[in-house]
Amino acid sequence: MKDNYSVVIFYSTSAAIRAESLAQKANLKIKLIPIPRHLSSDCGICLQFNNEDKQSIKEILKKTKLNMKIFIKYKFFQVGAYCG
Amino acid sequence: MIYFDNAATSYPKPKEVGQAMMYFLEKVGATPGRSGHRLSIEAGRILYQARESLAELFNVDDPLRIIFTLNVTEALNLALKGLLRPGDQVITSSMEHNSVMRPLRELEKKGVEVKVVSCSPKGFLEPQDIEKSIRKNTRLIVLNHGSNVIGTLLPIIEVGKIARKYNILFLVDTAQTAGCYSLDIRKDNIDLLAFTGHKALYGPPGTGGLIIGERVDTKKLTPLKEGGTGSHSEWEEQPDFLPDIYESGTPNILGLNGLKEGVRFVLAKGVDKIHQHEKNLIIQLIEGLKEIPEVTLYGGDDRKEQVAVVSFNLKDKWPSEVGMRLDEEYDIMCRVGLHCSPAAHKTIGTFPRGTVRFSMSWFNTLKEVDQVIMAIREIAKSI
Repeated sequence: MKDNYSVVIFYSTSAAIRAESLAQKANLKIKLIPIPRHLSSDCGICLQFNNEDKQSIKEILKKTKLNMKIFIKYKFFQVGAYCG
Repeated sequence: MIYFDNAATSYPKPKEVGQAMMYFLEKVGATPGRSGHRLSIEAGRILYQARESLAELFNVDDPLRIIFTLNVTEALNLALKGLLRPGDQVITSSMEHNSVMRPLRELEKKGVEVKVVSCSPKGFLEPQDIEKSIRKNTRLIVLNHGSNVIGTLLPIIEVGKIARKYNILFLVDTAQTAGCYSLDIRKDNIDLLAFTGHKALYGPPGTGGLIIGERVDTKKLTPLKEGGTGSHSEWEEQPDFLPDIYESGTPNILGLNGLKEGVRFVLAKGVDKIHQHEKNLIIQLIEGLKEIPEVTLYGGDDRKEQVAVVSFNLKDKWPSEVGMRLDEEYDIMCRVGLHCSPAAHKTIGTFPRGTVRFSMSWFNTLKEVDQVIMAIREIAKSI
């Protein structure tokens, strides 16, 4: 079960919360969680989602990235052992 | 009590504003954007929702382009001091508040050329006069949208077009119009929109912001301050992305939760409905004051397009004396003097004496307007 989740890491909490708001509007099951320590030394939060929603999440974030241009960058990680 | 000093700070506020602030103090309390626990995340959501409401109000695509500040003064300082460099020229009008004039006079000492375009004694600006002042080194045009002294509007759409034609940035001070007059950052050709929370957005004092339009290169807009943002904590340099680049230190999340409710109140009522109500008030007030022979009114003749602010004097009486009598004898609160706007008072010919100013909000009524007119009539008779 744990392997079914991924997280998106943002460089700012404001960006993570914006992604949460957009994903919720798209009815995706997501959750904001503290960033797993092995992924980043940052003390922020990341967006956890079901792997089956990966495409939808990507699309949402792509749209966001366009609006924000270069300011928000994101990465995908498989972190089944830490989340879920 | 009649409160006619809403151009300074609106009062009362919708009850949801105070409730939201109490909710934050009692149920959330934490710092947004720092720790990963659920209260911190909740505080982050509040901050985001405040941005989202403002984005809806001003038609901003990306809520993260809204930077929170202490008030419109701080927002204007950020834009002016962040953008202007020695050798640049900046164009403004003779109707500006000191929130624009003072930072500009300070920048002038450092080598920024400040061109003040004169408005008519009734407070109007010809957009061509702005265009004529443009030079090769013109970097920015800054204008207020609505006058805090006489309520007249400046032609921001036309000036915004001119700014675009010459590839100059356009900064608008919306202190008197945000919330009571329709504003659209894109349709109105605005690049930087400075707003305050405590006037017609019905938030508490200590809230405001600057909206960074798409034409603004954030690499060329330096922050007013650097510090902790909760992001990129491993760096000793300021982050380079919005909104963190301009938002250092724990924000006024308590106030911003209040502001969020104030903006939601405005959205629920509708800016046009609020504007119409205030228009009815100001027209009735001006008509009433016009009938009093001792009253000298300032501002335009056509009162259909202006905010709910009016300035006047009673014969040769000092405004402070009229204000004191209104307060002590009639329980009416207004603002007298120069309203932090010496340039505007020079333009309309009331410097250094100043004026008596009435300013109204959604919560004022036509009945109050009648009571105020009665009071002025009585004071005028007793002179």
